[in-house]
Amino acid sequence: MGKISLEVNGRKVEKEASDNTLLSTFLREHLQLTGTHIGCDTSQCGACVVHVDGNSLKSCTALAADVNGSKVTTIEGLETNGKMHPMQEAFKKLHGLQCGFCTPGMVMSAVDLLQKNKKPSDTEIRDWLEGNICRCTGYQNIVAAVKEAATKM
Amino acid sequence: MKDFNYHSAKDSKEASKLASSSSAFLAGGMTTIPSMKLGLATYKDLIDIKNIKKLSGIKVSGKSVTIGAATKHVEVSNSKDVKKAIPSLSSLAEGIGDPQVRNRGTIGGSIANNDPSADYPSACIALNATIHTNERKIEATKFFKGMFETALKKGELIEAIEFQIPEKSSYQKHPNPASRYAIVGVYVAKHKGDVNVAVTGAKSCVYNDKEMSKALSGNFSSSSIDGMDLDSSEMNSDMHASAEFRASLVVTQAKKAVDAC
Repeated sequence: MGKISLEVNGRKVEKEASDNTLLSTFLREHLQLTGTHIGCDTSQCGACVVHVDGNSLKSCTALAADVNGSKVTTIEGLETNGKMHPMQEAFKKLHGLQCGFCTPGMVMSAVDLLQKNKKPSDTEIRDWLEGNICRCTGYQNIVAAVKEAATKM
Repeated sequence: MKDFNYHSAKDSKEASKLASSSSAFLAGGMTTIPSMKLGLATYKDLIDIKNIKKLSGIKVSGKSVTIGAATKHVEVSNSKDVKKAIPSLSSLAEGIGDPQVRNRGTIGGSIANNDPSADYPSACIALNATIHTNERKIEATKFFKGMFETALKKGELIEAIEFQIPEKSSYQKHPNPASRYAIVGVYVAKHKGDVNVAVTGAKSCVYNDKEMSKALSGNFSSSSIDGMDLDSSEMNSDMHASAEFRASLVVTQAKKAVDAC
């Protein structure tokens, strides 16, 4: 057991957790932030992607202890005053989702891409989303949504 | 995942002091954590080494590029110094896994794990690397011992990897479309005097293909290895590629690498 102190979506949190607690478990079960999804739980699907100190990572493959002291942003932290983030708006507008299970990770990954590359090409978007798997959409509308969001961010 | 004790080490000395027969060093955790979750590995203690400042960073001197063991793949791929000194090393780093893996995974972790399909071990062989540990310096050719096996002793910690800057080099990977691990990856490096052709993904461990090295040392042109018939008896065969296909891919990727030099 150890104390985990994080800043999650701008709010300071401090909780006791056993050393084997994954960041995904910490977010979902200790903080009830269930927007971060667990799909494969083997670091492949990307549904659990969150940002830690500004960079995307798969929260099912990081220990809470090992990001102790960091700033974490989850899908719940993207909206401002009840208004969706431009990336969320674009996914909604262009049908970048069907069942929605992969969407939190897709959105968090895509936001990280636009932080690093403001005008990505289709190929760059597809390359970047290598670690995010969607079984519904065939990716076309996801790529279109990321391009649309790039014009708004 | 079974419980363990997490420790964050301040320096190499503390890290190796904490090490025991049932411990592992934790850097990016890109293999360690999934292996533990799947029950393939269990440890009593995990010793986090990524907060040891000395283990991160990139230094370029006249003849070599030295990369700290806990340096992340994204840092290597973004480094202007690496791009200038050994562009093929920077593009290798850019092709590892996915962005989230590159944001966490480290070069030291990759070579300590010695996955038979990992990218970095081929760079170590091709670029005559020296592995600096907290105890000694190990030549890359003596470091990679077999599948997931290295010359590292228990408690021995990789501190940095020193690569020799080649005259020309290129890494050509035929990736598995799902995992991005190399079905076959070939790293060709032309040094003053000789040529290394390091192959990953084809056998149980990375190796330098002596036959191709010899041919290319004589005449550095893809025509000198064209149609070479490699022995496939020791090559991996799985649902992704047969041994014979891998043997053929090694030559194809090597030719591509030479042409890209």
